Amino acid sequence: MSLADSDRELVVDELGRDPTRAEAALFENLWSEHCAYRSSRPLLGAFDSEGDQVVVGPGDDAAVVALPDPSGDGYSDTYITLGVESHNHPSYVDPFDGAATGVGGIVRDTMSMGAYPIALADSLYFGEFAEPRSAARRTKSDDVDREHSRYLFEGVVEGISHYGNCIGVPTVAGSVDFHPDYEGNPLVNVACVGLTDADRMVTAEAQEPGNKLVLVGNATGRDGLGGASFASEDLSEDAETEDRPAVQVGDPYSEKLLVEANEVLVEERLVQSARDLGAAGLGGASSELVAKGGLGAEIELDRVHQREPNMNALEILLAESQERMCYEVRPGDVDRVQEIAERFDLGCSVIGEVTDGNYVCTFEGEDGERETVVDAPAEFLGDGAPMNDLPAEEPPEPAVDRPDVPLREAYESVVGSPTTASKRWVYRQYDHEVGVRTSVLPGDDAALVAIRETEDEDGVGTGLAISAGADPLWTECAPYDGARAVALENATNLAAKGATPLAAVDCLNGGNPEKPDVYGGFKGIVDGLADMCADLSVPVVGGNVSLYNDSPSGPIPPTPTVAMVGTKAGYDAPPMAAAEEGELLLVGDRSLGGDDGAQPLGGSEYLARNGGSDEFPALPADPESFVAALAAVADADHVQATHDVSHGGLAVALAEMVHEDAGLRVALPEQGGLGSQREQTGLLFNEQPGRVLVQTTDPDAVREAFVGVAPVASIGEGTNDGRLELTTFWTELTYDAAEIADLRSVIADTME
Amino acid sequence: MTVSVVRFGGSNCDRDALRALEDLGIDAEIVWHEDGLPADTTGVMLPGGFSYGDYLRAGAMAARSPVMDEVRELANEGVPVLGVCNGAQVGCESGLTEGAFTTNASARFQCEHVHLRVERTDTPWTTGYEAGEVIELPIAHGEGRYEISEDRLTQLETQDRVLFRYCDADGNLTDEANPNGSKHNVAGVVGERDSVAVLMPHPERAALADVGGTDGRPLLRGFAAE
Repeated sequence: MSLADSDRELVVDELGRDPTRAEAALFENLWSEHCAYRSSRPLLGAFDSEGDQVVVGPGDDAAVVALPDPSGDGYSDTYITLGVESHNHPSYVDPFDGAATGVGGIVRDTMSMGAYPIALADSLYFGEFAEPRSAARRTKSDDVDREHSRYLFEGVVEGISHYGNCIGVPTVAGSVDFHPDYEGNPLVNVACVGLTDADRMVTAEAQEPGNKLVLVGNATGRDGLGGASFASEDLSEDAETEDRPAVQVGDPYSEKLLVEANEVLVEERLVQSARDLGAAGLGGASSELVAKGGLGAEIELDRVHQREPNMNALEILLAESQERMCYEVRPGDVDRVQEIAERFDLGCSVIGEVTDGNYVCTFEGEDGERETVVDAPAEFLGDGAPMNDLPAEEPPEPAVDRPDVPLREAYESVVGSPTTASKRWVYRQYDHEVGVRTSVLPGDDAALVAIRETEDEDGVGTGLAISAGADPLWTECAPYDGARAVALENATNLAAKGATPLAAVDCLNGGNPEKPDVYGGFKGIVDGLADMCADLSVPVVGGNVSLYNDSPSGPIPPTPTVAMVGTKAGYDAPPMAAAEEGELLLVGDRSLGGDDGAQPLGGSEYLARNGGSDEFPALPADPESFVAALAAVADADHVQATHDVSHGGLAVALAEMVHEDAGLRVALPEQGGLGSQREQTGLLFNEQPGRVLVQTTDPDAVREAFVGVAPVASIGEGTNDGRLELTTFWTELTYDAAEIADLRSVIADTME
Repeated sequence: MTVSVVRFGGSNCDRDALRALEDLGIDAEIVWHEDGLPADTTGVMLPGGFSYGDYLRAGAMAARSPVMDEVRELANEGVPVLGVCNGAQVGCESGLTEGAFTTNASARFQCEHVHLRVERTDTPWTTGYEAGEVIELPIAHGEGRYEISEDRLTQLETQDRVLFRYCDADGNLTDEANPNGSKHNVAGVVGERDSVAVLMPHPERAALADVGGTDGRPLLRGFAAE
């Protein structure tokens, strides 16, 4: 790939001459889809990123959001940062290093804001890997693909585990989904939460001409050349061998040193602005930094500390060597910065300074001559790329074609699916407790992280709830409504643990946008996510777009990963696990209280496992009130357990609540048009979001909390025998805790 | 009285250890390994993490850093020394305690809660527990399988130097309850003196009232024992 002719013409017009080789390469990378969002930026205006809590919105390395004041009045000076990044193509080519460096990148984005990283959330998407449990399930893959998906899955999880554990940032939340259309292009979306405050915060906006630019971290080598442009193309058949040089290799030990050095630099207020080196390396970071400040720079590339001999200007400018930060430092502070870098055994070079002119890079070659290799306006580099106006095709409405499957077979196909299965095999490999903040561990609806920094005189701090994920089946069935559902589902996860949503970031993954049907689906998820977040009053403060997730096996389903955070007072939350006694209520299912029967099955695991198609369910009319009512009632003393109903529907939610010590006796409601085999199947397996199971000793209080907001139905009660007893209109199902655990252990069984 | 929490490059449980000790009212500070131990050091904690990125072998590089000479010296004088997780690996690598912690039987990193049986209650670290008590602590390691020759293990057991063993909720030493394949379910041992101890589970992650339980508190009180 090289600079497109039309882009070259624009560059020639602006510069008044032909670009140098280094300039052409820099423009090619910075104007790539990955860096310039040429096909997505025209759509991203749909997002509402405003709010009293928003300190820094989209466009910086990470967003900054103020936490609510513990008094309940306004916002405090304690801030969190939120960022999300995709590392999809590198993770296909080299799953271990690709995923590991994805973690490294988003952690450095956090550091750039003057924050200390406190939590990670990974949302991963792979092709099918498990052996079919039911002959009727759809299958598109042969054995080779399954084995390859297992290899990618294992490598990605190990890469995240290796890097995240080593740097001491707990991985507390996330999601794993399997779908045949990720076989040729898995997705690795990593979100990071950092902690900072009003005094410490730094931005990526250069401040003052005359300040020095200092590069701290690893030495620069010839690794990761052209990563940004590699991320902006479809993956080819031979990507694994051909594109390996474009994948960087990470060193978490260096990253950990950099985290600690950055902490000292921030604490001593030595950083005027900062940007981590990611896509397009030094050229990207330094030009974006000064462009944001409306300034320029003069950089002597040969002053960069290098790992390999004889590197040329272009290589130094664009290499994506990991674990490097670019800081703007006052001239008088440079010595201290060097001293700190040395203390942490990190390389450090003063590479140039901020100016009010162009972005200029010079290089002294072997002949001793200093030559100007880049001389272009920084803002033109950063913002000059023309946007694409691409045709979009509305996705077709799904046909209604429901399979007829015996209940037990259907139930086991859904509860035994890798997508709805226990993810313990995954999160057990992540250190999710380092930092001693994690009060609700992975495996529940949302993680809860203790922010003691806001503690008031009574010792009550902020519980920060984190939920991340998407559901490719939903957005495959209905991009717009599926994406709305993803946003609502993440908000419901937070509210089920008693937290009120505060802000969200998104990672929008799509196929090749030049295909109108793919672009239409992508447009659908952008609009859907934007609309639901607006309905929920949750500002979308940042995000990432990854297009060209397309391979010889076709495009991925449009995948809008959302990482949403919410807050509550204190660090306690109701568990997901059922209690021995107490009534079980289903809240929010739109079929309750109506006469129209169950919601449709579109986008469900039930259809994915058993074939067929259907419309996507209708969403609640007033999702914000539902989320608010749930957050308020979840912490009541009479509430014993809460669990979001979503992936795999009621069938999976019930199975997840049952454990050795407590079971559930459930009878599906028949009133309101639900008294038939067809409708009860729909009720059990549909995946309408905005539903929750609440177990309580005071059902009237729960009903009261949802009056005029969401329908509530009593569907059963807790038992002390660890069994799930499910009575339907026409038959009964009973499983004990061990049988359910066995059904849900498909990932561990397959991987070990 | 100050406990020095020694931070190597790559330590990542140093802040957690400090917070836990402070919460117990024990004076403590983080000490950068290159700076050496302060003169008023009355206890040494080697925290968890990945010192030197676990390159070569977990704990091997840190064990050879100059500060460990000082730690050994203090240990010989009877100053309490506790190594946790990576600190336990450093402790074994540096000869403070016997044996080695090596790759888990699963060959994977494991983060989960485990049960431990308290094997002795007459060490500074365990006076707050009852004999045979079963406690719950988190583990988070990829290299926690205790390995030692049969002879040495027999000797260690004869000398009663095993401090904790992995067990089930009822205190039974089963294979299922042994998370990493450690020999004889050993999770922690003492050195030549009882005042020197290492263990793979994390007491500092079970020491604050608000998160993660409190079963680790009595252990950390060992630094305040008379």
